[in-house]
Amino acid sequence: MQHRYMAIWFRHLVTDWLTLRQPELKDQPFVLVVPEHNRMIVRAANPEAEAQGVRAGMPAADAKAITTNLQVIDFPLGQESKLLRHLGLWCIRYTPVVAIDLPDGLTLDISGCAHLWGGEKGYLKTVVLKLRGMGYDARAAIADTVGAAWAIARYGKIRPIIESGGQAEAIAGLSPAALRLEPAILDKLYKLGFRYVKSFMTMPRTVLRRRFGEGFLLRLAQALGTTDEYLAPIIPPVPYVERLPCLEPVRTDKAIEIGIEKLLQGLCSRLQAEGKGVRKVVLKCFRIDGKMVQAGITTTRGSHSVSHLFKLFGLQISKIEPALGIELFLLEAQKVEDIDPLQEKLWLGDPGLQDTALAELLDRIAGKIGPERIMRYLPAEHYWPERSIRPALSLKDISLAGWRADKPRPIRLLSKPEAIEVMALLPDYPPKIFIYKGKRHVVDKADGPERIEREWWLDKGEHRDYYMVEDEHGGRYWLFRSGHYDSGGAQWYLHGFFA
Amino acid sequence: METANDRKTLINSLQKNILQWEGYRPPPTGTQGLVGLGAVETAFPNGVFPLGTVHELVCSTTEQATASSGLISGLLSVFMQNGGACLWISLTGNIFPPALSGFGIEPSRLIFIRVTKDQEALWVMEEALKCAGLAAVVAEARELDFKQSRRLQLAVEQSHVTGFVLRNAVKKIGSTACAARWQVKSLPSEPVDDLPGLGFPRWEVELLRVRNGHPGTWIIEWAEGKFKQVEKEQTAKPFKRKAG
Repeated sequence: MQHRYMAIWFRHLVTDWLTLRQPELKDQPFVLVVPEHNRMIVRAANPEAEAQGVRAGMPAADAKAITTNLQVIDFPLGQESKLLRHLGLWCIRYTPVVAIDLPDGLTLDISGCAHLWGGEKGYLKTVVLKLRGMGYDARAAIADTVGAAWAIARYGKIRPIIESGGQAEAIAGLSPAALRLEPAILDKLYKLGFRYVKSFMTMPRTVLRRRFGEGFLLRLAQALGTTDEYLAPIIPPVPYVERLPCLEPVRTDKAIEIGIEKLLQGLCSRLQAEGKGVRKVVLKCFRIDGKMVQAGITTTRGSHSVSHLFKLFGLQISKIEPALGIELFLLEAQKVEDIDPLQEKLWLGDPGLQDTALAELLDRIAGKIGPERIMRYLPAEHYWPERSIRPALSLKDISLAGWRADKPRPIRLLSKPEAIEVMALLPDYPPKIFIYKGKRHVVDKADGPERIEREWWLDKGEHRDYYMVEDEHGGRYWLFRSGHYDSGGAQWYLHGFFA
Repeated sequence: METANDRKTLINSLQKNILQWEGYRPPPTGTQGLVGLGAVETAFPNGVFPLGTVHELVCSTTEQATASSGLISGLLSVFMQNGGACLWISLTGNIFPPALSGFGIEPSRLIFIRVTKDQEALWVMEEALKCAGLAAVVAEARELDFKQSRRLQLAVEQSHVTGFVLRNAVKKIGSTACAARWQVKSLPSEPVDDLPGLGFPRWEVELLRVRNGHPGTWIIEWAEGKFKQVEKEQTAKPFKRKAG
C-alpha cells in the first residue's frame, strides 16, 4: 500500500503556548531567551516581535535595541517535547501513528485515514483549523514521504498536498534547507552555489557522496522516496489487540464479564490459529468520565485457553471500578510467545510438572497472592545448608546436580539459626542439656559432629559443627556449634527439626 | 454356633451395605496396603487408606508438626511415585527440600506456596484440590472450621486428590468434615544393631477420629524407605544410653 504522511509544523510552538498560559502577553512583542557564552540569545520570538525584525539566534540586547517595549522571558527548557507529546496524543484521533519531530513538528502516518474526513484536502483543513483554533500557528503538508511532507510544510509556497509520486517535482524548487540537513552541509552547498534542490538532485550519487557524505544522500533519498523512513510512534502499536465498544456504558460486574469473555474469544481464536500463547494481557477500560482503569494478568506458560484466561480475569474484575460506566474495552496481549503443542500421553503416569492444569492453577494462585510466593527448589552444589538449594526459574527448569541423601538433613530448617544455651561434658562432645525458648531438653542420644566449613570465597566467619540430637521425649534436633570449642566465643545454635 | 456364625456374616454384610450406601465403594483389588501403613490402615472403612479425601493432623508443638510432616512425606512418596507433582502450602515455609529425598520424594516436584494468612492458605488449598493433575496437597494452617473443611471435602470429591491439613491451634478444636483426624508425636528411637546414636525416626501415630472407622494408636518407624510397625511391648522397656 502506498503510504501517505502528513507533517505539521508549529511555527511559534513555545510562544503560542506561553500566550495561551498568560493572555496578557497577547499583542505584545516578547522573546524567549537562553544563556549562551555569557550572553542571552533569543531562542524564540512571537509574531509581533518577528514583525519588528527580531529573529531567533539574535542576542537579546540587539533585539531590545531594534524594538520598543520588548519583553524578555526565560525559555522553559524541555517544554517543547512535552508540548509536542501532548499535541501528538491529541492527534491520535486522526491517525493511530503519530511521531514527534523535535523541535517543532509532528509527523502523522495518515495512510487510509483521510477518506473519513472527505479526502486529503478536508483532512488537512480539519487538522490545521482545529490546531489554529486551539491557538497554535500550525502549517501542514501531505506527501508520499516524510521528507517531502516536512519540506513542503516549512518551505512550500504553492499547494500543501503533493499527489502520489509528485514529491521530486515539488521539492525541486525549494532551498536545500528543506532537506533537513546539518548547518555545515548547508553552508557548503550555499558556497558552491546550490540555491535549489533541483540544481543537485540529478547529479551522480558518487560525486555527491564524496563532497557531502552519506548522511546527505540519505536525506535526499528519504525526501524523494527511494529509501524508506521509519517513524517512532508515541504509542507503540501492540500486535495483538482486541477492542469492544459498548453501545451503552457498562456498569455491572456481569456486563464486564461478558465483555471480557467476548474479547478473549476474539484474541484466543487468533492466537490459536498462529500457534501462540499469551504471557501477559492487559485489559484497559475507558470510562465515560474520561479516565482509564486497567487490570492485568500474567501466566507461567503461554496460553490461548479462553476459560483459563477468563478465570484469571475473574479474580481481577472486583478491582475494576466502572464509576459512571465503561464505554470501551481494549484487550492488549503485551507478551506473546510460541507454544509447543503438548502431546497427549496414552500410557499411565501422572503428568507431573508439565501438566497444563497445574500451570493454570499456579497462574490463579499468582493472580491472587502474588507470583513471588510460589517456589520450587532445585539442588545447588554447596555444602552450606542455607545455600544447598536454589529457587527454580520456571516449571521447565531442571538441575544437573542430583539431590544428596548421604547426610542427615532436618525436614524443617529455620531460616535463621536460633541461639541456645548448652551444657556439654567435654570439648567436641554433643551437649548434654540444652535450653531452647526457655525449655530444657535433656539429650539422650546424639550423632555427630558433621563439620561444614564456610565457603570462604563467598563469606567470612566460623565453621559449624553439626550434631543430630534426640531428647528424652523423642524430639530430634539439629544443633551446631559455631567455631572451635576452645576459641572462647563458641556459640551453640538450633538450626532444624528432624521428623 | 451355627446361628452365631450366620449372625456374624449377616452383620458383616449389612455393615458393608451401609458403607456402600454412605458412599464407600468396595476397594478395587490391589489397593489394600497401598500406602504401607500396615495395621493403621485396618482402622479405616473397608480396611483401605482413604485416598481422595482430606485428612487433618493436629500438632500443638513444632516437634509434633515436624513428626507430622515426616509421616506425610512417607505417604507422599507413595502418591508421587508415578511422577505426579505436589503442592505444600505453609505459613512458615521452613520445609527443607533436601531432607525430603530421604523419604523417597524427588523434592523438585514439590511446589511450595508461602502464605501469610489462614484464609489464603485455605483458598489456595481449595483451588489446588480442584486440580486433578496433582498427587497431593499439604497445607499448614492454624485453624479449620467445619464450613471450610466441608468446602475442601467438596473439592476433592470431584478431583480425587488427597489433601492433608496440619493445624496447630488445638485449643479450639471442633468437628470437621475431614475423613480422619491424626496426631503424630515423635518417640525416642531405638538403636539399630546396638550402634550408638540415633535410630530410625519413630512416631506414635494416633487416629483421634475416623469417619466410619476405629480410632486407635500405633507406633510406626520410617526405616529403609518404608513404614514399619513396631509392637507396643518393645517400647515398654525404655532403652537408656549415654549420649555420644
